[in-house]
Amino acid sequence: MAKQPIITVNNLVKQYANFTAVKGISFEVYEGEIFGLLGPNGAGKTTTLEIIETLRTKTSGEVTVDGFSIDTQANQIKQRIGVQLQAAGYYPGLNLVELLNLFSGLYGVRINPMDMLAKVALTDKAKAQYKTLSGGQKQRFSIATTLINNPRIIFLDEPTTGLDPQARRNLWELIREIRSAGTTVVITTHYMDEAEELCDRVAFVDGGRIVGINSPDSFIDELVAAGFERRKQVKQANLEDVFINLTGKEWRE
Amino acid sequence: MTSYNNTRATLAIAKASLRSIFRSPSAVVFSLLFPLIFIVIFANIGGGAVSVDVGLAKSSDTLNPIYQLLKNYKVVRIITKQSQAEMNKNLDKGSLDAIIDIQKRNGLPAFTIDVKYTAASQEKGNMLRSMLKSLLYQFNTQAMPNNAQKVATMTETTIKGREYKYIDFILPGQLGFSLLNIGVFGTAFVFLSLRQTLVIKRFFATPVKRYSIITGEMLARVSFALLGAIVIISVGHFAFGFTLVNGIVTVLNMLLLSFAGLIIFMGFGFIISGVAKNETSIPPLSNIITLPQFLLSGTFFSTAAFPSWLQPVSNALPLTHLNNAMRKVAFEGAGLGDVTHQLLILLIWGIGIYAVAIKTFKWE
Repeated sequence: MAKQPIITVNNLVKQYANFTAVKGISFEVYEGEIFGLLGPNGAGKTTTLEIIETLRTKTSGEVTVDGFSIDTQANQIKQRIGVQLQAAGYYPGLNLVELLNLFSGLYGVRINPMDMLAKVALTDKAKAQYKTLSGGQKQRFSIATTLINNPRIIFLDEPTTGLDPQARRNLWELIREIRSAGTTVVITTHYMDEAEELCDRVAFVDGGRIVGINSPDSFIDELVAAGFERRKQVKQANLEDVFINLTGKEWRE
Repeated sequence: MTSYNNTRATLAIAKASLRSIFRSPSAVVFSLLFPLIFIVIFANIGGGAVSVDVGLAKSSDTLNPIYQLLKNYKVVRIITKQSQAEMNKNLDKGSLDAIIDIQKRNGLPAFTIDVKYTAASQEKGNMLRSMLKSLLYQFNTQAMPNNAQKVATMTETTIKGREYKYIDFILPGQLGFSLLNIGVFGTAFVFLSLRQTLVIKRFFATPVKRYSIITGEMLARVSFALLGAIVIISVGHFAFGFTLVNGIVTVLNMLLLSFAGLIIFMGFGFIISGVAKNETSIPPLSNIITLPQFLLSGTFFSTAAFPSWLQPVSNALPLTHLNNAMRKVAFEGAGLGDVTHQLLILLIWGIGIYAVAIKTFKWE
């Protein structure tokens, strides 16, 4: 795969009144990859994402998304990206089809809501309200709203937080499908097994800086080569494997 | 890529919002059900405390004993401040129940009373008639117990006025109440909740413009309020005989006034949505705006009945002027050109409120 950068972040700084959330971050996201932003809470992941998504102003630095500058071409960027926000709600009182119609109006595109719901396996919930969905269904619906404008890149901020193992695996499948359809995915997560499983490359963010950027495999190999050993002998399976083995892979609502 | 269409985005928001409003029980209850219930109740119990408003003709003598006796009747309110033309007009509408003209003559009868009643207020007219008759009887028998000649006589005429029913008073007030609720509560709740649940933030991740969000929401509320107004006016007209002097033209004028009022009341809502910290602080803040207007703006009782120290307060409130304009348009058949005074005051309110709203409104 030719490594063509689709997002370029150069020396990005975000200063709030009394603290600096992002202290000069630089990285590139390649076209067609699943890129993970990892790090503890308060590291600056969400701030960085929201600046790239044009939802927040930066203090300094340069960001280009699909060739457009966030400073002068925010509108072009908005038409080319899909955004899933952490803990965002949806317009009250509307069912899923009506919400998708609303978003198609906001993006200025014509879509068939049922097709969008089919992509995330929610056709049977077409007439349900968002608040009645389960955690996994909510996340899948959120992802459906990011796909409405047929975006070049989608941003997913902690999409699997709070989901059970089955729902998590189900969402991984969906994210992989979206990537295979040619969409670049930028994701944040607190689950390292998820990043290892899903991401082509990850960046570790801590205290507003990037402290490492590489493929998950390379990171692990480097650490092992440096002489790291786990205190406990790694077994062939872990407790999550047991969970899945006992409760089955198929996903519950 | 086709060019982005702001109008389509605005209409998408308006449509979503309107759906949401119709599905919200509180919106329907406060803006439609309550006003209708009040209309039904008040249309049936009628005009409350009784007072018979009697205009004293300019030509009338006021030093005669009959006038002095009449003044002592607690039920009778003698009105002297209106001009003769105003009195005639009010008699026609029924907001005056009668006009009385007492003349002193040389010789017998020494006094003549000329009373003009109105078909617009027959009940009160009848009350006055019996009061005057008993007054005259007593007066005549006391003045000349043994004389067949009367000291005072009375002549009566009744003009054919338009009947001013209580529904004609209560309905415009309830319409104002409905607009106030939709404007203040609805707007305050929706923008606070969209902000807090990050719905607006998610909107901002799409190419939609801020003005589209505001316009879309306003459009939805305007459509809902005007539909509500049509329902209220129709129920009032067909079920309770609410007077629409010029028919459909009057209805259209009322809808235009409703629109103007609603824009102002939504301004209050924008301010509250920005000031409120969370959803629980919205009802008290909204009540601060709505309750005084509800009580002091002539929604249920005529502001004329308020003590004089309260009058300036009542006259400062926007709903008072909306109600006054609405009643003029509905009952007197006034056009919008006849209520420019009220519209001007509403305009001043509008400018003031939106100046504050622009400062206090919060997007996130």
